[in-house]
Amino acid sequence: MGALQSLPGQPQYADLAEKTGFSYDQIGVLHKRFNQLSHNEETLRRDHFNDIPDLACNPIRSQIIEAFFDRRNFRQNGEGTVDEIGFEQFLVVMSHFKPPSLHITDDQREKIRKEKLRFIFNMHDTDNDGTITLEEYRHVVEELLSLSETLEKNTAKSIADAAMLEVASISMGHMEPDEFYEGITFEHFLKLLAEFEIESRMNIRFLKMDTTTLCK
Amino acid sequence: MAVLLRPPRRSSSRITALLVRSACVLFLVVVCAASAARRDAVEGNNDTSHHPLTNSTAHKKKPFPVLSFNYDHVRKPFEISLWILLALLMKLGFHIIPTVSTVVPESCLLIFVGLLVGGIIKAIGEEAPILDSKLFFLYLLPPIILDAGYFLPIRAFTENMGTILVFAVVGTLWNAFFIGGMMYGVCQIEGAKLADVDLLSCLLFGSIISAVDPVAVLAVFEEIHINELLHILVFGESLLNDAVTVVLYHLFKEFSHAGTVTVVDAVLGVVCFLVVSLGGVLVGAIYGLLGAFTSRFTSHTRVIEPLFVFLYSYMAYLSAEVFHLSGIMSLIACGVMMRPYVEANISHKSYTTIKYFLKMWSSVSETLIFIFLGVSTVAGPHAWNWTFVVSTVVLCLVSRVLGVIGLTFIINKFRIVKLTKKDQFIVAYGGLRGAIAFSLGFLLTNSEMKQLFLTAIITVIFFTVFVQGMTIRPLVELLAVKRKKENKGSINEEIHTQFLDHLLTGIECICGHYGHHHWKDKLNRFNKAYVKKWLIAGERSTEPQLISFYNKMEMKQAMMLVESGSAAKLPTIVSSVSMQNIQPRGPARRRAIPSISKSREEEIRKILRNNLQKTRQRLRSYSRHDLMLDPFEDLSEVRFRKQRVEMERRMSHYLTVPANRQETPQVRKVCFEPEHQVYTYDDSDSTRGPRSSPPDAVSLLSESPQRPSRRGDGELRAKDEQEELKLSRCLSDPGPKKEEEGDG
Repeated sequence: MGALQSLPGQPQYADLAEKTGFSYDQIGVLHKRFNQLSHNEETLRRDHFNDIPDLACNPIRSQIIEAFFDRRNFRQNGEGTVDEIGFEQFLVVMSHFKPPSLHITDDQREKIRKEKLRFIFNMHDTDNDGTITLEEYRHVVEELLSLSETLEKNTAKSIADAAMLEVASISMGHMEPDEFYEGITFEHFLKLLAEFEIESRMNIRFLKMDTTTLCK
Repeated sequence: MAVLLRPPRRSSSRITALLVRSACVLFLVVVCAASAARRDAVEGNNDTSHHPLTNSTAHKKKPFPVLSFNYDHVRKPFEISLWILLALLMKLGFHIIPTVSTVVPESCLLIFVGLLVGGIIKAIGEEAPILDSKLFFLYLLPPIILDAGYFLPIRAFTENMGTILVFAVVGTLWNAFFIGGMMYGVCQIEGAKLADVDLLSCLLFGSIISAVDPVAVLAVFEEIHINELLHILVFGESLLNDAVTVVLYHLFKEFSHAGTVTVVDAVLGVVCFLVVSLGGVLVGAIYGLLGAFTSRFTSHTRVIEPLFVFLYSYMAYLSAEVFHLSGIMSLIACGVMMRPYVEANISHKSYTTIKYFLKMWSSVSETLIFIFLGVSTVAGPHAWNWTFVVSTVVLCLVSRVLGVIGLTFIINKFRIVKLTKKDQFIVAYGGLRGAIAFSLGFLLTNSEMKQLFLTAIITVIFFTVFVQGMTIRPLVELLAVKRKKENKGSINEEIHTQFLDHLLTGIECICGHYGHHHWKDKLNRFNKAYVKKWLIAGERSTEPQLISFYNKMEMKQAMMLVESGSAAKLPTIVSSVSMQNIQPRGPARRRAIPSISKSREEEIRKILRNNLQKTRQRLRSYSRHDLMLDPFEDLSEVRFRKQRVEMERRMSHYLTVPANRQETPQVRKVCFEPEHQVYTYDDSDSTRGPRSSPPDAVSLLSESPQRPSRRGDGELRAKDEQEELKLSRCLSDPGPKKEEEGDG
């Protein structure tokens, strides 16, 4: 994308607002933040994210950062990763966390659910093959537990194993001893988290006004 | 709370219930009458008993009384126990008749019974006991509030804290002033004969009647299983509005004596509100921390652990009441503060005890409250005034609806998940009044107005409990309001809950503002780094939440196995998917491990089970002070571990890497969370020696040095059998513990 001027001008933001559903004020705030993170450059790179101090104590930091550079999250049916992103892609990734509006039909709600779950699925499925294998899931659990000092590798493994077992039981029902469960596909993932109410949980409040950003 | 009995046939069960109920009522009546008669008789006896001593020479010596009657001696406790017994038998009776209990909420039935009993007592000319305010506030209310506070779903509560506070504070204030003001207007109407009710009295009345009552809300909402959000909104509001009620009540009471209100008084009122609420919370938090700290040292005296929880909480309530702070908020704060740390410290039995005692006491309290309400209705002097009463009822409804709609409009601007019209309706409809309003009214000084007020209050209570209580269930179904979802305790959901927490915190950081998640994360880290070290004993303090959840799940499944008896299949394998289906396979492994036939498995399992059962029967013993030596608990541990081991073995059936069970966390926790219905289990329960050697007698089997599992499966099973038999042999002669630990 070409250089975006940081004017609160309507025309620049019009198509962005349409694409992502944010309001002009929200886009303005996020743009300011984007510039702050990228030190007024046009694109963000991974090391820009590493500068954020509060993010350092987050156990799944690397996965979050990767999610920003994952083409699958750009809503253009792309694959693979990029090394730098522009403001539009930043905004598109952020739009996954927008809360659903009050009056939506059931179909829209289902669509939003799928979108958000797809985001999380992409975060787990690091090798882009469309399934979450046992190794990938183990990695997820290990990352979650990585903050605790008393990490025992086998505990993480057994937790991931139990979780995988649960998925397989829910999705496959009955399997012969010889069959092999390849990994969690997106449909199984949907089925697994059917009760999770993600559309009301995976949201953050996007500000309409620019408060002094303390979380640098 | 419900004790379900299976009736042989419906008609006979109905007759039984009726018989039971009429028997109780008759018995009670007889006793009351008897006590009235005997009171005189006993007094007479007391007088005459002196005579033989003084006039022994003159009169003949009375024969030694073989059987004597002295009811006065035990009168008070006898009557109290009788009342409680009656109340509980009523409760029992209701659940025998299935149709009635589904249509009519229990609270209505209990009030009805109270009316009946009150009527009977009045008919025989006795004086009926009234719901004394002191009795209510000091003895009947705390157990219910503690039960509610201790098991409060924290996550939902804190997520909706803003909404709840707005409803509680602003909503109650609105209600009080609207009702008070409008009632004053009504009183001014000519011909209503209410001209002597002045503005301040009306406001006082408004403040009494405006508060949503936690007891009534609990009683009704418990049965309709509504979704968590609505439940916590209405319930949280009913708890937190206590501070407002307390302040308004005392404020207006003072003013109605003084007669005039100045601006200074109003400002003082606001300050008072802040002091009352925050002070109450502070008092509760202090006691909660004390309780948590105490529980850290109770590992050697497990029997009295539950008492600490109860007593600290009760002290928190009483201390708050001393300073006229909000006792309810203090109690809630104490329970909420104490719970995570206490749960990590206490044993499985103590936790179960706490849970069941709280449920038991709160159930008894609730039952008694409703019955007494009914009795007091019949007993008390009433001053019925059509205008006053009807307008009270109407105004309550109107103000509630207006308040909820208005506040929701404002709140929705700040909420992420907005409240829909359906939600608003349920919140408005769930604004039930109850016994707190009655007791507050009862505390008023005796006057004409008191009777007027009491009559109106009782009418409103009856209206809300009967009409709203009975119709809310069909309305919920009609409106298709979301119900409470059954929480299966899925480990995937737990993983993703945590994952989502961290993800949202990270995104907030990237966005650059301090949001809800950021603060929550900071609090968690503070908690982990400093607070837990002080308040949780031993290694539990560093255990991450995911691991404790996982352990809970495992133990839950193990306990399910144990409880369902020997014939149950392992639940994880209901779908016949086991670890082998998931593990990536290599060609070499297939050759090394032959499969085991299902019948052989069953045989082995049966043998293991039988051995355990035999040893269990031999070792039952009882000791009042020394729970730790209880081998029954020991044996349960054995069974749990055994089943768990079996499960794990099935799961890691064909793994090449030996399941290193030594490395899994030794110390686990058992607690019974009603929301999750999971169990965890505490090994430390069984350790008698110093904590440094966590492996207990049970760990023989699972903690045995890494068994090279490359052996054939048949061998694996055989070896386990041998170990199992060895284990049962050790346990069959309970020698000193060291021996058991060293054995195997």
